[in-house]
Amino acid sequence: MKALAARRHHRSAPVVLLLLALLVTGGLYAALAPTPAGAAEASESDIQTGSDLFKANCATCHGMSAEGTQDAPSLIGVGAASVDFQVGTGRMPMENNGPQALAKPPQFTDEQVAQLAAYVASLGPGPAIPTAEQIDPEQGDEANGMQIFRTNCAMCHNAVGAGGALSEGKFAPSLWDSSPKVIYEAMVTGPQAMPVFNDANLTPDEKRDVISYIVAQRVGSPGGAELGALGPVTEGLWAWVIGIGLLIACSVWIGAKSS
Amino acid sequence: MSTHPSPTDITTYGGANLPDTFTDPGHGPHRLRRTDTDPAANKRAERQVVLLFAVSIIGTVLFLVAYVLVPPGDTAASMRTSNLLLGLGLFLGMFGIGAAAVHWAKTLMNDHERTDERHSLTPSEETRQGAVQALQEGLADANVARRGVLKGAMFSALALAPLSVAVPLIGEVGEDWDITKFKHTIWKKGVRLASDPSGRPIRAAEVTLGSAFHVIPANLEDEEHPLDEKAKAIVLMVRMDPRDLKEAEDRRGWSYEGIVAYSKVCTHVGCPVALYEQQTHHLLCPCHQSTFDLADGAKVVFGPANRPLPQLPITVDDEGYLVAQSDFHEPIGPSFWERLT
Amino acid sequence: MTTTIGRGAAATADYLDQRTSVSVAIKGLARKVFPDHWSFLLGEIALYSFVVLLISGVFLTMFYVPSMNEVHYEGPWAAMNGVEMSEAFASTLRLSFEVRGGLLMRQIHHWAALIFMASIVTHMMRVFFTGAFRKPRELNWVLGFTLLILGLLAGFSGYSLPDDVLSGNGLRIADGVVRSIPILGSYISYFIFGGEFPGQDLIPRLFTVHILLVPALILALIGAHLFLVFLHKHTQYPGSGRTNKNVVGYPLWPVYVAKAGGFFFIVFGVIALLGATMTINPVWNYGPFDPSPVSAGAQPDWYMLFLEGALRLMPGQGMEWGIGEFTLSLNVLIPAVIVPGILFTLLAGYPFVEAFVTGDKGEHHVLDRPRNRPFRTAFGMAILTAFTILILAGSNDLIAAHFFLSLNDIIRVFRVLFFVAPVLVFIITKRICLGLQRKDRELVLHGHETGRIVRFAHGEYIEVHKPLDAHERWLRVGYQAERPLEIEPPVDSRGVRRKGYRVDQVRQRLSRVFFEDRVEPVTPSELAAAHSHGAHDTLEAGHSAPVRELEGTATGGGRTLVEPVDGSAPDARNR
Repeated sequence: MKALAARRHHRSAPVVLLLLALLVTGGLYAALAPTPAGAAEASESDIQTGSDLFKANCATCHGMSAEGTQDAPSLIGVGAASVDFQVGTGRMPMENNGPQALAKPPQFTDEQVAQLAAYVASLGPGPAIPTAEQIDPEQGDEANGMQIFRTNCAMCHNAVGAGGALSEGKFAPSLWDSSPKVIYEAMVTGPQAMPVFNDANLTPDEKRDVISYIVAQRVGSPGGAELGALGPVTEGLWAWVIGIGLLIACSVWIGAKSS
Repeated sequence: MSTHPSPTDITTYGGANLPDTFTDPGHGPHRLRRTDTDPAANKRAERQVVLLFAVSIIGTVLFLVAYVLVPPGDTAASMRTSNLLLGLGLFLGMFGIGAAAVHWAKTLMNDHERTDERHSLTPSEETRQGAVQALQEGLADANVARRGVLKGAMFSALALAPLSVAVPLIGEVGEDWDITKFKHTIWKKGVRLASDPSGRPIRAAEVTLGSAFHVIPANLEDEEHPLDEKAKAIVLMVRMDPRDLKEAEDRRGWSYEGIVAYSKVCTHVGCPVALYEQQTHHLLCPCHQSTFDLADGAKVVFGPANRPLPQLPITVDDEGYLVAQSDFHEPIGPSFWERLT
Repeated sequence: MTTTIGRGAAATADYLDQRTSVSVAIKGLARKVFPDHWSFLLGEIALYSFVVLLISGVFLTMFYVPSMNEVHYEGPWAAMNGVEMSEAFASTLRLSFEVRGGLLMRQIHHWAALIFMASIVTHMMRVFFTGAFRKPRELNWVLGFTLLILGLLAGFSGYSLPDDVLSGNGLRIADGVVRSIPILGSYISYFIFGGEFPGQDLIPRLFTVHILLVPALILALIGAHLFLVFLHKHTQYPGSGRTNKNVVGYPLWPVYVAKAGGFFFIVFGVIALLGATMTINPVWNYGPFDPSPVSAGAQPDWYMLFLEGALRLMPGQGMEWGIGEFTLSLNVLIPAVIVPGILFTLLAGYPFVEAFVTGDKGEHHVLDRPRNRPFRTAFGMAILTAFTILILAGSNDLIAAHFFLSLNDIIRVFRVLFFVAPVLVFIITKRICLGLQRKDRELVLHGHETGRIVRFAHGEYIEVHKPLDAHERWLRVGYQAERPLEIEPPVDSRGVRRKGYRVDQVRQRLSRVFFEDRVEPVTPSELAAAHSHGAHDTLEAGHSAPVRELEGTATGGGRTLVEPVDGSAPDARNR
């Protein structure tokens, strides 16, 4: 049921903006099946493999020991959560220098991502990958999550997480298909333009409430098709296209002489 | 623009004495419908009309059945089902009647066009004079000519009478009319900065690099009308590398270790400006896209706003909590005529 | 049985008639003729969606509580449980989720509002482009325009009633706009909100405005609007047999009772279908009003989007002026007050401008084909384009997010387009109109192409054209191309300066702008000339012989080319 609903979100949003379909299905598609999160202790060998992977794939921009270069920030102290988010959603390695790194099918396997994360985490303390309990939507308070979400998140991600525009070509992505783990990691690490929401700003419980709220939005709207949940603009568009369209079609039928 | 043939052409080829314009050929021939000529088609159309009425009846029954048997329930899915069934029932119930009536009119009713004459809307001169005369007679009957004081008294009374409704209405509708309230908020020296909406006071140490906090005054709930005060007092607080921060001479002491706090009410028309992009330190308004640079005194870098966001001077108290040094030094929010008075 | 009913009906009718003279009205109106055309139904969509608004609105008032008192929500919607909100918002949730059919009625009400405004706009477009606003209907145009404005007011006040975050931010923007008004702005803001925004009074006040003041005005004006339609008798499209002195169509009873009456049910049905299948204004997504949150995609309903767009496009730098110690915010005043003011004034005043320019005092009941009035059509399209650009600008963040464009670039492009696009559209539309008129001339002069090629004895090929019949032709020639006015000289015969010369000069200059470019309809002599030329350049150049003499020599086909007798015959009959 939830998977069905999630896919409907995925489809309906583009239809709403007519021509959008082509762009979005290609651009935003990201296979993000929820994976059980775990903060298992990393072994030495994982760190070593991670280091090798890093030197082969990331060091060009981030420097040989992740100290950062002119092109890319230092990764010392960004934590495992940051790596898991950036690499696990395919944002890193970055394809080309656009306004922001786009999500795409990840380049590494889950295991490789974990090894990279272990390596970066070993460079300095930073936010860890959340535990399964921290991100369990069932344990969160949806109503509290709603209040936190709309104060801290909705201005960029839209009231129910449909996404929105930022300045100069950047955008806040839709959260329909983001797994609870990815949402949590984004909050603690503040990827790209997004600010950081540390545990003092939003406590871990509050973060779980937010996740609970976001996940609850995926069951669809009581009123019927959601029209992308983008607000009055798409409603107006449909009022013209379907409403006025149907009524004018009926008018033409009424006005035409019977054969 | 058009190509007029020369007169000689016309006389040569067109024959003599053609009119300047064409004239209306009059009504075209009436075309019969299939239902006029074919009794079977006529019968079929009748059946279709009956069918459409039947669709309407079924729709209404569907609505009533759904109303009784399908309650909205507690989940989005059950509400959706209830709404869908009721709506489809209503749609069929209404649309069926409409379609039946129209189909009937189109196929079975007499469709010979009729012609009504139009008459000029301007009444005859006689009528008009009659109207003028009636007015003049009435005026004469009223005996108001040369009674200037009477007329003056009447018009004065009529003009003044509405005041007894208008004056209290206008007097009361704006409550106390004290527009100086626009210029003050409940921020004052020592008021703690608290997290919105939880109301937790915030310590400076908790505001890590790259963080954005949505802030309200900790004393907000003490107010008689918290929403009115919140509408003016909301603040966005961020921390950036102090090296990135450009501060004006007279505001040197307003930030704390790279933590700056600015009014969240847009100086354009008052939307909450809240889209903080931590890499560029730009703050974007989702309503009209005014963009402010928080690293540079919240100056406007793009969009329809003209003034920077007012800055809230902050510091920390003995317990390490962030507090305001004072109220804002200028009115927050959109401009108004008396802003600087 | 039937006779009993019949007798009962007759008795009732007699009873009523003796007390109301209703038979006089029925005799006069029952068989009143209305012309048939689909575009005449656009206004009916507006009327019927208003009726739907009244019906669904009454339902909603039974459950909605216009109060700003704070309550805590308890109900089936988990994301709101325990949340503090106004009674207005809580009652909106209750009527959406707990009242059976309540959500349907709410969605029908909101969709009907969008359809109401959209149909008013399309109806206005029809009236504008066909010139239905000309004498004697100028006042009805103004009435309709006032209804448009009242519709905006009704929509905006209703949209704000649920007291949610989205509409609350809309009200805050309205407050910001009001405050920018010089001198009185702050006081008008206090007047509206009963003190500072948001205050405690707004929702009850909006409720009164929304369910009493504005609908009563709309209802009264609709009455006046329809009364004038009856008085003037409906306009009709041009065609043979239709003149300014008659009206051709079907009688009110029974054809329009069935068609227009049926259309009400169709409109209600279609709106119900929208309400059944598509979510509108899901206030439970936005949450109860709080001045701090805001969500991406913060926009008003579509009919207010042009204002939002204007506000977004205006550059702010240097647009706030000090006048003495006072502040004048041109960055708000220009887009929110002055630009819409200009656009709406142009719209409302156009009939009077056109009447002034043409100097025409006659009554017009036959509509124009838009192509035959190139300036008007182009002007209307230009205004529509300006509105469209503003509406798109109001949606710029959604365009940016979903087409992967830069928000800032879109705004920059729209800033230019707002000025350039209407001009371009004006020029292009005017050229298209003139082109279509020439196409009409071409068709009248040379007839339809038949696809049959005929070869003459001397080897020349020619296509046979089928001449238009009298009715087809009348549609294309039965108009008058307005020409620039000729005015009397500034001084009369005795050399005295004439009064009103200045006004005439303005009128002449404007009329040149309006009518300099025009295509005259084909005249009978042109048609006759074209036919005798056989639409044939080489023959014309050679002046060798009339076409008819060549007919016999044609090797293919066998039908005539175009026969002059055919063309002039209908006219001969009419004379």
